[in-house]
Amino acid sequence: MLGRLEALCNLNGASGDEGRVRRYIRDIAKEYADEVWVDTMGNLYAHKKGEGRRVMVCAHMDEVGMIVWGAMDNGLLAYQAGGIDPRVVVSKRVVIGPNEVPGVIGAKAIHLQSEEEFSRALGHSELFIDIGAKDKADALKYVNPGDYVCFTTKWERLGEDRMKAKALDDRVGCAIALELLKNTYACDFYAVFTVQEELGLRGAQAAVYNVKPDVAIALEGTTANDMPQAEGHEHVTKVGGGPAISFMDGATIVKPKMFEALKRAAKEAGIPFQLRQGTRGGTDAGAIHKALSGCIAGGISVPCRYIHSPSSIASIRDFENAYRLADSFLKTKKFDEVL
Amino acid sequence: MFDKDMLKSILAAYGPSGREQTVSDVIRGYVEPFADEVYNDALGNLIAVKKGTSGKKVMLSAHMDQIGLIVVDIDEKGFLRVSNVGGVNPVISAAREVRFENGTRGVTYFETEKHGVKDTTMPELFVDIGATSREEAEAKVQIGDVAVYATNFVEMGNRISSGALDDRIACAAVVEAFRTMQNVHDVYAVFTVQEEVGLRGAGAAAYAIEPDLNISLDVTGTGDTPKCSRMSVKLGAGATVKVMDSSVIVPPVVRAFLEEAAEENSIRVQPEVLRGGGTDTGAVQRTRSGVLSGCISIPTRYIHSPVETADLADYAAAVQLVCAAVAKKELPHR
Repeated sequence: MLGRLEALCNLNGASGDEGRVRRYIRDIAKEYADEVWVDTMGNLYAHKKGEGRRVMVCAHMDEVGMIVWGAMDNGLLAYQAGGIDPRVVVSKRVVIGPNEVPGVIGAKAIHLQSEEEFSRALGHSELFIDIGAKDKADALKYVNPGDYVCFTTKWERLGEDRMKAKALDDRVGCAIALELLKNTYACDFYAVFTVQEELGLRGAQAAVYNVKPDVAIALEGTTANDMPQAEGHEHVTKVGGGPAISFMDGATIVKPKMFEALKRAAKEAGIPFQLRQGTRGGTDAGAIHKALSGCIAGGISVPCRYIHSPSSIASIRDFENAYRLADSFLKTKKFDEVL
Repeated sequence: MFDKDMLKSILAAYGPSGREQTVSDVIRGYVEPFADEVYNDALGNLIAVKKGTSGKKVMLSAHMDQIGLIVVDIDEKGFLRVSNVGGVNPVISAAREVRFENGTRGVTYFETEKHGVKDTTMPELFVDIGATSREEAEAKVQIGDVAVYATNFVEMGNRISSGALDDRIACAAVVEAFRTMQNVHDVYAVFTVQEEVGLRGAGAAAYAIEPDLNISLDVTGTGDTPKCSRMSVKLGAGATVKVMDSSVIVPPVVRAFLEEAAEENSIRVQPEVLRGGGTDTGAVQRTRSGVLSGCISIPTRYIHSPVETADLADYAAAVQLVCAAVAKKELPHR
């Protein structure tokens, strides 16, 4: 599972450009699922037929990214970003478009900055991607407006239990959902890999109509704010504290029965866990639970520091325990207890 | 004239967004004797059906949930840190009595080190439940539990005040109407969940019901208090027929239908344009291939505070208007 996570994190798949990630997952999922298909939006479905409740686990394939909107006369590329703090992109290496053309995001050198410029963060509109083109025409030989831009960070193990990568949000979920597909549970089981979550849960809104689940679990990477300057009640989650179970976020209030069932699934299997102690942000569960005539949705997340940046940090044990927690919930048929 | 005990018990029930079961149970008790069928759906919406003869379906909807404060952390001294469930103003929430589902009482206050109450933000608010340690607090309240304002029902002549008028007064109005109406159409009285966090329950209910017409009942703001932002609605001037709010533009045919029902029955109504705030009306309107959807509101002062205030004459007008609407043979159509 860790090897797959490494491969998944190293793939580029900004929202709307999930093809590479989808192809990777599809090739593996078809070994385990009875049927695998892709809908018109690009959501990938892996179905393991069974009797009983229709249960869906989902993870989103997309990562936060940028998009080129044009080349300047001097060959620099202007871009726009979604869900990325402009303070984290300066001097980062990126790749652009289907051919993964390398570039860097440059900023004015420190010698040349005015005091005002030095004292504030530059916005995306003041930053440009430099691909080494000598002018606009040269730049447009390599890239096109509309090309996607991703960070080049490679997955790496840090210390004994930690890992660094881009896109841990939500390739951790993708890797866990793939692993769950190997098992057989006493339900009609779907693993759904959604698109465009980062832009507002867009893929899941369509996917839920194809699956019509009774119970759904969103597998996610979530914010960890266990930093020295944050007080206990501001941490949301802590890296290394175990997978996080949600009771509420900005898009879902988890039904108390579901919240309790997830906690029980952890306790019964002796899996360390923490609660996701924040109420902001949203996951695909938000789009799923209120669609059709409503269903039960909850969430299991892997805490990630510096999420939505080129380098997030997460705990390998949290990741593995998130898988075990989802597996415990499904194996013990907790989905029958939450309706 | 109407059942004030019923109104009071619906107002008193505990029920923040996502924790509406108590309210649902209380309302079920009142509607069951008058309904052909009563059930909860997967999200917890309570649906009471009363058959008619026309073969058409009219959905009435009022939300059961109220705003609240959800516990996100408990510190070593036993103080609870909270986050808002729905549109909670942290300044209005400081120095309040609150209560939890299991009856635990508490009071709220704010961190005073940096500034006064007027600049208080939600992370600076805390709840004191009288505990002296984390262990003592955890024996009463868990992370994920939700507190609501513990306000009493106050009568001021024909006007009442409570922390849960939004939207229990409308739930009570639907119950009152449900018990007395002479409906031509099948009526689905839907007591919805999770309206305060983004109209999450009503759409799912409408998806299952597929109504020919939806009438939501909610509270609306007023423009009749000292130096408030301008709005035409007044307390005591009748129920409102909604024109628009931030979630919906009510189709003119639905407005006309409600205004006509009011006129035919000499019910006092006033038009309503609500600039800030949405209602289930909008969520139902956008369900499936679209639903004709309108809204009757009960003018309410000080919405989303522990002292929401309304006039019982407006409440009575809302009940009468619902009864008149479901008795009209001809439903609005495109």
